[in-house]
Amino acid sequence: MAGTAVRGRLTWELAELVEVVVETPHVKTIVLDVPSWPGHRAGQHVDVRLTAADGYQAERSYSIASAPDGTRVALTVQRLEDGEVSPYLTDELRPGEKIELRGPIGGYFVWEPSDGGPLMLVAGGSGVVPLMAMIRTRAAARDDTETRLLYSSRSEDDVIYRDELERLSGNGLGVVHTLTDSQPPGWTGYARRVDPEMLAEVAPRPAQRPRFYACGPTPFVEAVAEALVRLGHDPPAIKTERFGPTGR
Amino acid sequence: MDELMLDGNAVAGLLQEVFAVEMTTAVGTCGGCGAPGPIAAVHVYRGAGIVLRCPHCGNALAKIVKGDSRAWIDLTGIRVLEVTV
Repeated sequence: MAGTAVRGRLTWELAELVEVVVETPHVKTIVLDVPSWPGHRAGQHVDVRLTAADGYQAERSYSIASAPDGTRVALTVQRLEDGEVSPYLTDELRPGEKIELRGPIGGYFVWEPSDGGPLMLVAGGSGVVPLMAMIRTRAAARDDTETRLLYSSRSEDDVIYRDELERLSGNGLGVVHTLTDSQPPGWTGYARRVDPEMLAEVAPRPAQRPRFYACGPTPFVEAVAEALVRLGHDPPAIKTERFGPTGR
Repeated sequence: MDELMLDGNAVAGLLQEVFAVEMTTAVGTCGGCGAPGPIAAVHVYRGAGIVLRCPHCGNALAKIVKGDSRAWIDLTGIRVLEVTV
């Protein structure tokens, strides 16, 4: 990647908080400026490191939410009540303050318009973040790759990027929500966990050779990947990224 | 299934720190069952150290312990590691 001094070598860089966007009651996006940023590909993540006054350090990984945009990098962070890092990022950090960050990291769970499609994205909760980077990259490039997002959330209030997804729909992008725990009055969409029947209805047929990206908590990703294989999709075309309870 | 299990994407930063190349696209061949696959897809368990297991047979591919300025890496469970150079 252009601008990277030594290819592959990761170094900790200072990133300055520019802006905070409230996404849902538990999720915020922090927009950072990283002067040395070499650019990234949709789906990549960064490691964030916080150092306490006594020298104690905590590191977590966060997916990049934004399309490549100069030195700006947006991370969407779910606040974990007993978290060591996320409450600081979402509630304590103020514009102008700095944190340590390294990246971009990862080369497997990435998509670029030149990779083509059809693209089938399957998100569980905040697993939508790296997939949103793909959708934003596709939109920024005015790419028309046929893309579908199946996005599972607990309730309508927990849907991250709800308005932007609605705005970006069309031009080959279809967004299908399922609300697992509660639904607003008059909801006619899916109201259950993602299952094989839902994937069969929403995903392109195996004959269309879709590329899958599934991201979410481990049980969600396991269930989706198993169902897709059972529906006859090619295992190497199913890329997965599992979120843990400690950060991603 | 262990809900605390993660995958190779979760240790991409640590692996790149150690090997100085992007490692999630590296392909490891399991020393147990012989199945090849991308490091991104291995199962990862984090405790005092990190254990990478084959997603097909569960064999421990690698064990990594990270200290402040050193890392100890046991790769006895990987037969071949194919890396882009």
